[in-house]
Amino acid sequence: MADDKSTHDAGHEREPSYLVAQKGLKSWLFTVDHKRLGLMYLATTLLFFFVGGMAAIFFRTELLTPGPGEISGVLTALGMDPTTSATTYNKLFTVHGAVMVFLVIIPSVPGALGNFLLPLMLGAKDVAFPRLNLLSFWVYSLGALFFIYTLFAGGLDTGWTFYTPYSSNFSGTAVISATFGAFILGFSSILTGLNFMVTIHKMRAPGMTWNRMPLFCWSIYATAVIQVLATPVLAITLLLLIMERTLNIGIFDPAMGGDPVLFQHFFWFYSHPAVYIMILPGFGIISELIAVHSRKHIFGYKAIALSSVAIAIISFVVWGHHMFVSGQSELAGIVFSFLTFAVAVPTAIKVFSWVATLYKGSIQFNTPMLYGLMFLFTFTIGGLTGVFLGTLSVDVHLHDTYFVVAHFHYVMMGGTIIAFVGGLHHWWAKMTGRNYDEKQARWASLFIFVGFNMTFFNQFVLGQQGMPRRYYTYVPQFQQQHVLSTVGAYILLAGFLWIAFYLLASLRKSAAPKEPLPDNTWGGASLEWSTQTPPIEHNFHGQPRVDSDPYNFPQIDRTGGMDHH
Amino acid sequence: MILSMLMAPEAAAAAPEGSATAGQVLDPSVHTQGANAVWETVNPWATLPQASTFAEGTDLLYLFIVVLSLFFFVLIMGVQGYFMWKYHRKSDDQKTSSITHNGKVEFLWSAIPAVLLVWIFVWGEVDFLKQTVPPPDAVQVRVTGRQWFWTVDYPDYPGVQLTSSVDDNVVTLVVPKGKPVQLTMTSEDVLHDFYIPAFRVKRDVVPGRYTSLWFEATQVGEFNLYCAEYCGDQHSAMIGKVKVLEPELFGEYLAEAGKLEQEEGEPLAAFGERIYKRRGCNACHSLDGSPKVGPSWKGMWGKQETTDKGTVLVDDNYIKESVEEPNAQIVAGFEGVKMPSYKGQLDEKHFAALIEFIKTLE
Amino acid sequence: MSHDHDSPKAHRPAGAGEPHAFMAHHFNTPGQQAGAAKFGMWVFLATEILMFSGLFLAYFIVRMHYPDMVLAAHEHLNKTAGGINTVVLITSSLTMALAVRAAQVGDQPAIKRNLLLTIGFAFTFMVVKYFEYTAKIEHGMLPGKFYHAWDHGYYIEGSPHIFFAVYFCMTGLHGFHVLIGIGVLTWIYLRAGKGHFGPSYYTPVENVGLYWHLVDLIWIFLFPLLYLVR
Ligand code: HEA
Ligand code: HEA
Ligand code: HEC
Ligand code: CUA
Ligand SMILES: [Cu+2]
Repeated sequence: MADDKSTHDAGHEREPSYLVAQKGLKSWLFTVDHKRLGLMYLATTLLFFFVGGMAAIFFRTELLTPGPGEISGVLTALGMDPTTSATTYNKLFTVHGAVMVFLVIIPSVPGALGNFLLPLMLGAKDVAFPRLNLLSFWVYSLGALFFIYTLFAGGLDTGWTFYTPYSSNFSGTAVISATFGAFILGFSSILTGLNFMVTIHKMRAPGMTWNRMPLFCWSIYATAVIQVLATPVLAITLLLLIMERTLNIGIFDPAMGGDPVLFQHFFWFYSHPAVYIMILPGFGIISELIAVHSRKHIFGYKAIALSSVAIAIISFVVWGHHMFVSGQSELAGIVFSFLTFAVAVPTAIKVFSWVATLYKGSIQFNTPMLYGLMFLFTFTIGGLTGVFLGTLSVDVHLHDTYFVVAHFHYVMMGGTIIAFVGGLHHWWAKMTGRNYDEKQARWASLFIFVGFNMTFFNQFVLGQQGMPRRYYTYVPQFQQQHVLSTVGAYILLAGFLWIAFYLLASLRKSAAPKEPLPDNTWGGASLEWSTQTPPIEHNFHGQPRVDSDPYNFPQIDRTGGMDHH
Repeated sequence: MILSMLMAPEAAAAAPEGSATAGQVLDPSVHTQGANAVWETVNPWATLPQASTFAEGTDLLYLFIVVLSLFFFVLIMGVQGYFMWKYHRKSDDQKTSSITHNGKVEFLWSAIPAVLLVWIFVWGEVDFLKQTVPPPDAVQVRVTGRQWFWTVDYPDYPGVQLTSSVDDNVVTLVVPKGKPVQLTMTSEDVLHDFYIPAFRVKRDVVPGRYTSLWFEATQVGEFNLYCAEYCGDQHSAMIGKVKVLEPELFGEYLAEAGKLEQEEGEPLAAFGERIYKRRGCNACHSLDGSPKVGPSWKGMWGKQETTDKGTVLVDDNYIKESVEEPNAQIVAGFEGVKMPSYKGQLDEKHFAALIEFIKTLE
Repeated sequence: MSHDHDSPKAHRPAGAGEPHAFMAHHFNTPGQQAGAAKFGMWVFLATEILMFSGLFLAYFIVRMHYPDMVLAAHEHLNKTAGGINTVVLITSSLTMALAVRAAQVGDQPAIKRNLLLTIGFAFTFMVVKYFEYTAKIEHGMLPGKFYHAWDHGYYIEGSPHIFFAVYFCMTGLHGFHVLIGIGVLTWIYLRAGKGHFGPSYYTPVENVGLYWHLVDLIWIFLFPLLYLVR
């Protein structure tokens, strides 16, 4: 397939794209087309990203001064009782964390880009179970509704981790609707994972062997494995929590003879693998971005593909590293610490392989690639600081401080979100048939880069100096850095608003290109670039057949014959 | 910034005066030992002393990982930057290399990090194990976490009870320098976490079981104590002070602290206010009318209070009952929270002083 | 990149099965469709097992913490009823397997007969469960704060409310699965009535069968753990 990159589907007449193949609201809401579902996920996850982000902007504002103040000021101005600012702060960071985790980062890449791209990349007409796919989207929406309901029914102030017994017996907020929402979202996640797993096993085009699958598909596959195996445990955990809160069943309640730490084991058994549900699809995007925009065969294809699977497997046995100081046994601490380091190795392999891919490439610095390169910078910092936390004695000091906050923003925001935004730009033309303004996009990416590092880098120092997390007031010595962080967050907001602005602008009627865009935006070699832009309803005219691998760019110099070093 | 991260643990200096609201001031501890005046002024981050025997070990390992991470980060970014510069696209038909993998290189970049990681793991584990086994002769202290204050008891000094308080420079924990101290901790309600950054120690405080933590302080002075596990509304106010004394002074201090008595010439109401702070009433009751965990005491005296048993006049008897049997009558709007009973902990003199104090809160 | 433009039939691998009326457009062959459905079902069963394993874990932890209480409390479960239900479910698994077999060979009356029997056994199970539950409720052996068996003259040392919490969670979730099972069995039965199934298309019957066997299997673990502790 390396030969006729820019021509689509061997000289077919242009057909109406999936965007216009059917009309009317119903054709969207009840569509079983994976591409339309992808767009619907995209819209909803970005909406919730905005909601979660705005919550962060509000509570970061509170942190401008050490004492209570900013939120009270706003509340008084709104005619509300200002003495509740502690509660308000707690609700804001909980909403922020819960929305970002359950409604944004877990469903975003698989739901939006995964849905859109997986069948295209595999050369299939759709996912294996299109109706299940639709169901999964609606289950997601139902879960989201529960979250929205929670916001209006008194909010939630438990932290996204729902630790018992605070969540089960003490918090006066809407814990049940929130946990039930998360429970429902879990099913959406399971169904999506199941669907993708089956799709990858059964729907590959003739000739698409496992080793010819784009790395994005590999990462989605590894993600799906975790989704399918870990999420049911979350479901049962949340169910037990709901029972505990309504019926006082006593499993987690120390006053009834239960064990509150048991909840943490249950929770992290899911939520640690979940952090890899969040990052693996991001890894997949980065593999595509780096290879396509340097027109280089990805370095170490097998190592990258298999390390995803290795991460998926090891991730199930490291959950205890969130509980080093929780009162679990020393032996458990030691075992979990060791296994945590075992996860770092496959990740290191990926990072090195991406950098090596650049070697002797033809690197173009357009927006998607800028995000790809930015990812390497920020994710590496995030990953390396994970090593601090995995080290037993050091984690004793750093646990539940801003160091942890900085760590997970560097991996989630600096990893997944950056990759997601990069992927969005990379496939934007394919998905929408429109071009965004490249110049604005590059400038906005600078805002993101600067704003992000300004917000979170000094939080490592804050944490190392002993600033605990989930504090709405703090000792004055930390003020300088909190101010820096807050200003950084404002810059981030500006950057994201800018991105939203030029992306939306490209969708206006008047911005429609005169000529249909070329099928292959970047000179990619995987199947999604071989079909029309935007794709037709059934993806391909006829059945694609695959006879070479997805990183076989025409620019690769084969004359040296150095395929094998 | 990275430099300051490296240096921070060594430099110990006073932080700039913050413009804190009243009630939030916990002076950053003033330990100028070994600090360098110039460094202090250029480094806003140098505020964390190494005040226990664990601190140096933890910081050394921290520093080691910082250096290692810096090495890898600079290496990766350096190589990436070089490639970006060297191989950026000059023409559209620029040829690219056909390399797809290299077994030797791949083996090396898996094996080297693996070896280094095992090294870090072993080091961290050895240090951690030191923290888990307290020496047998340690000074025993009992710590109880409640929403949202700490109480500290010394089994060897009966009658001494210290509490934490944000409102004042009240000392929460006193320990002798150079002697191991073991804390046995539990919680009355939700999870808390006992954290003293200057000592690099932290441990969850769990309801229904006892957890333990030990350390040996190496510097005389006052250090911050935090609750590091989210525990509800006033989680960030659950902070206190740890005072390290020369061993000679330690016993003396506690003997003094055990006494909660009216001082000579101290007005009864002022003594009452001291009790209010020392006994942790201030953790839940404000004086300015704002409800905290419990109702504010402002204007409480002599008013008709609505409770679950009907209305009641707030007088001496009601106050005494409220303190000894808090659940006998529960103030409307505070049904969900429980005030701990102080039965047997306050004598008549204390009550008299408290009531006198409450009377002053018009 | 090369594309075939002919109909899917042209490159269907040999032995992939004959096309049937229920083939979805996005599959190339009935074999692919059946394979996807079956694989999907297996993955789904894996999620089910993991979901229950969370409860099993909770059970083991409770048992570890309070071995004597669990021993004492389990005496109050009705072993006979549990035993009958075990036999009922195992038999229903057999009739289910017969239904699948009948679908594979296209024996229409046998499909319906065996499905009906399976549904009947499922109902029997629920009826027995109903009597067990009412007895527990009458004796005040309820989860958590609703536990008040002492009012009815039963004294169990320790924290029996936790045991009954676990009991109700586990058997409740399992019972819920039986109810779902009755639903899908009925759906399959109705489709069988329309003659949808035969040698070329029996995946739905097979998948419901897999599901039903799992429900049975989980009970086979629940029964000894809850009723026959020791
Ligand atoms: C996308 C999500 C994501 C990812 C990918 C990671 C990745 C990692 N995380 Fe993180 N983590 C979170 C999300 C994530 N984490 C969240 C959300 C929390 C907090 C939850 C909460 O409490 O609210 C958390 C908390 C957390 C803790 C608990 C801290 C505490 O509460 O005390 C720990 C402890 O071990 C940890 C460790 C790690 C490690 C070792 C990795 C590794 O996978 C990283 C591996 C990568 C590298 C190491 C970099 C690349 C490698 C090299 C360049 C090679 C050279 C390196 C060396 C030789 C060192 N994380
Ligand atoms: C995906 C995960 C994610 C992301 C992206 C973020 C993003 C941000 N987070 Fe957060 N954060 C969490 C996950 C995440 N966070 C979690 C799990 C917690 C723990 C909660 C807990 O303790 O329980 C936490 C906690 C947390 C804290 C600690 C609170 C405390 O302990 O007291 C802080 C403090 O600074 C913070 C800040 C921020 C900021 C400033 C951003 C900014 O980056 C936000 C910037 C984004 C916006 C301002 C939105 C703009 C969006 C648009 C305009 C829409 C259009 C966009 C496109 C088209 C791309 N977060
Ligand atoms: C953990 C929180 C907490 C602490 C500590 C606490 N209280 Fe209370 N207090 C409450 C709550 C909640 C109520 C209201 C519910 C009730 O009446 O029991 C209350 C009610 C009262 C009342 C009745 C108030 C009214 O308006 O009618 C008095 C008097 C009182 N407390 C005195 C004290 C004294 C004296 C101390 C310290 C020695 C103290 N409390 C410590 C939580 C606390
Ligand atoms: Cu106590 Cu936080
Ligand atoms: Cu983790």
